Amino acid sequence: MSAFLSDLGRSFFGDIDPAEDNGYSDPPPRKGFFTDTSVCIGCKACEVACKEWNLIPEDGVELSGMSYDNTQALGASTWRHVAFIEQEVPARVAEASVAPAPSAPVDLGMPAPTLPGDSPDAAEPTDFRWLMESDVCKHCTHAACVDVCPTGALMHTEFGTVVVQNDICNGCGYCVSACPYGVIERRSGPAGNPAVGIAQKCTLCYDRLTEGQTPACAKACPTDSIQFGDLDELRERAAGRLDQLVEAGEPNAQLYGHDTRNGVGGTGAFFLLLDDPEVYGLPPDPVVTTRHVGAMWRQAALAAVTLLGGAVAAFAAGGGA
Amino acid sequence: MADDDKADVPGGPGQRARTRRRGRGGREQLVVPPAEFRSYYGKPIVKAPPWKYDIAAYLFLGGLAGGSSLLAAGADLAGLPNQRRSARIVALGGITGSLYYLVHDLGRPERFHHMLRVLKLTSPMSVGTWILSAYGPFAGLALGQEIVPLLPEKLARRLPTELISRASRPAGLVAALAAPAVASYTAVLLTDTSLPSWSAARRELPFVFVGSAAAASGGVGLLLNPLDESGPARRLAVGGAALELTADQIMQRSMGITAEPLHEGRAGKYHRAAQVLTGAGAVGAVLGRRSRLLSAVSGLAMAAGSACTRWAVFHAGMASADDPKYVVVPQRERRDARGGGEAYAEQVGDDRAR
Repeated sequence: MSAFLSDLGRSFFGDIDPAEDNGYSDPPPRKGFFTDTSVCIGCKACEVACKEWNLIPEDGVELSGMSYDNTQALGASTWRHVAFIEQEVPARVAEASVAPAPSAPVDLGMPAPTLPGDSPDAAEPTDFRWLMESDVCKHCTHAACVDVCPTGALMHTEFGTVVVQNDICNGCGYCVSACPYGVIERRSGPAGNPAVGIAQKCTLCYDRLTEGQTPACAKACPTDSIQFGDLDELRERAAGRLDQLVEAGEPNAQLYGHDTRNGVGGTGAFFLLLDDPEVYGLPPDPVVTTRHVGAMWRQAALAAVTLLGGAVAAFAAGGGA
Repeated sequence: MADDDKADVPGGPGQRARTRRRGRGGREQLVVPPAEFRSYYGKPIVKAPPWKYDIAAYLFLGGLAGGSSLLAAGADLAGLPNQRRSARIVALGGITGSLYYLVHDLGRPERFHHMLRVLKLTSPMSVGTWILSAYGPFAGLALGQEIVPLLPEKLARRLPTELISRASRPAGLVAALAAPAVASYTAVLLTDTSLPSWSAARRELPFVFVGSAAAASGGVGLLLNPLDESGPARRLAVGGAALELTADQIMQRSMGITAEPLHEGRAGKYHRAAQVLTGAGAVGAVLGRRSRLLSAVSGLAMAAGSACTRWAVFHAGMASADDPKYVVVPQRERRDARGGGEAYAEQVGDDRAR
């Protein structure tokens, strides 16, 4: 009964702290990821580190034909996924102020590292660019997966992140269809692994967080494309970085998921994108499904009353033929 | 998929230009410009649930059971013994099958009882489990009266047969009160998801489902009962069929682009079959009310039509998850309508306006 009552007290929209909203009295600051895709080099260290730390099985060896992306999407055994987008865009003309090297290097016949653009046979700018983005569970403020889970296996932690409790999940798969980002998935595969048949997704390395450590993916990222920390601070940092990029001539640069007024109340993992979200396989305007649950129950109740009334009418008109 | 060529190319400016050019061609006069959208290699954005045919069967059997309990309670009060018996059997059979499919579909069926840890109004699956748990035992007890006379004498002497027989009517009435919820909650189960074709149907789907439940249970009542007891079942079935077909039409119009999957592929075949079977069944039930054979065939057709409706809705939702178009286009329209940005809360509000 207490679960029932606490459920009625939950919020479905607005700017709230998910930990407090879920009954933690004095939670630590909300933690999250800021993924700055402008500095992602597509090395996939995050994918590998995540698998290593969380003991996630392999996805199988399969070439997708989607650029360098053979993991293709987030899923039960892919909690970090690097998207590779090959785009045709007009080449940017190099700025004229770049001065030539003061003295031409003398070729000693030795392999030597050079700065990009220093060597005379450096490639011309082309009408092509890469977009790379390391995607992850969004850890929504109003998480549809948590709302619809019929066993209470999905929950918000004290850090405001969302985790599945493996020992409670019964594998119904309802969270899979609830997630507006297509993140969570039920793991299939060889029996024996205790997580088979159970919903699986990024835990934001809950086990590392409780020890005061950085999640594996952020730790492994060589370019700081994945930044971990207190969400408030990350949002500030992201706003600064966005201004920098827009000034530098990235007109489509945008933050995605940071706004607490969005359909899921802001996400715990948000992104700096260089193009529209759908280009990266992200929904442009996601809304937590349970936002409309009141209206849905109302319609169902109206329909139920219609059926009851119809049945009464069917008998009221007379018993036999 | 006709859009394969488009879907293979990740979003670039080139792709956007190409989709635009098609509309400007001059020769073709399109009423609605082709939906412009970009995607990541055409990969799905939302995930379909890992549900197989089990859940489609579960949707149908739940509706059949709910409608039959109403029919049984009515027949009990109106004094139609054959109708009462058949409807009670169908109700218990339906709900048993429905529960079997529900548990069978779980990734960890041995943990079914974990569903009873909590009751969450935000989770239609949780609410549904409780509705079924409350309804099932009463639907079972209602059958007691029909079973007692069939028991071997030895066993009957050891059981409180008198009590069972007397409990049947009140149990049947309680089951009938819970039955409309059994028939309608499955609509919320589908619409409270991110699958575009399900969530877009959230206003009308409950009415399609209760209409379908009435058509199925009334139809089975027509099939199993003699003419002199089939009046209420006939009216329930025909009324249900009319509601189902009408609500379905309104639903298709309000769904916008996400109605497409309902007309294509497997869902499309089931949807057409549902309309033909339900419509023909209803007409046959009205015209053939003096013929036992025609009534039975019409009843069967409406029950089959009801099943096809559930299958169609099920498969349409699953198909809508596979094509990112159904996620991107409506969401972009919503975003553009309020002038971009993420501020959903302020601009769109809730469902009250709808």
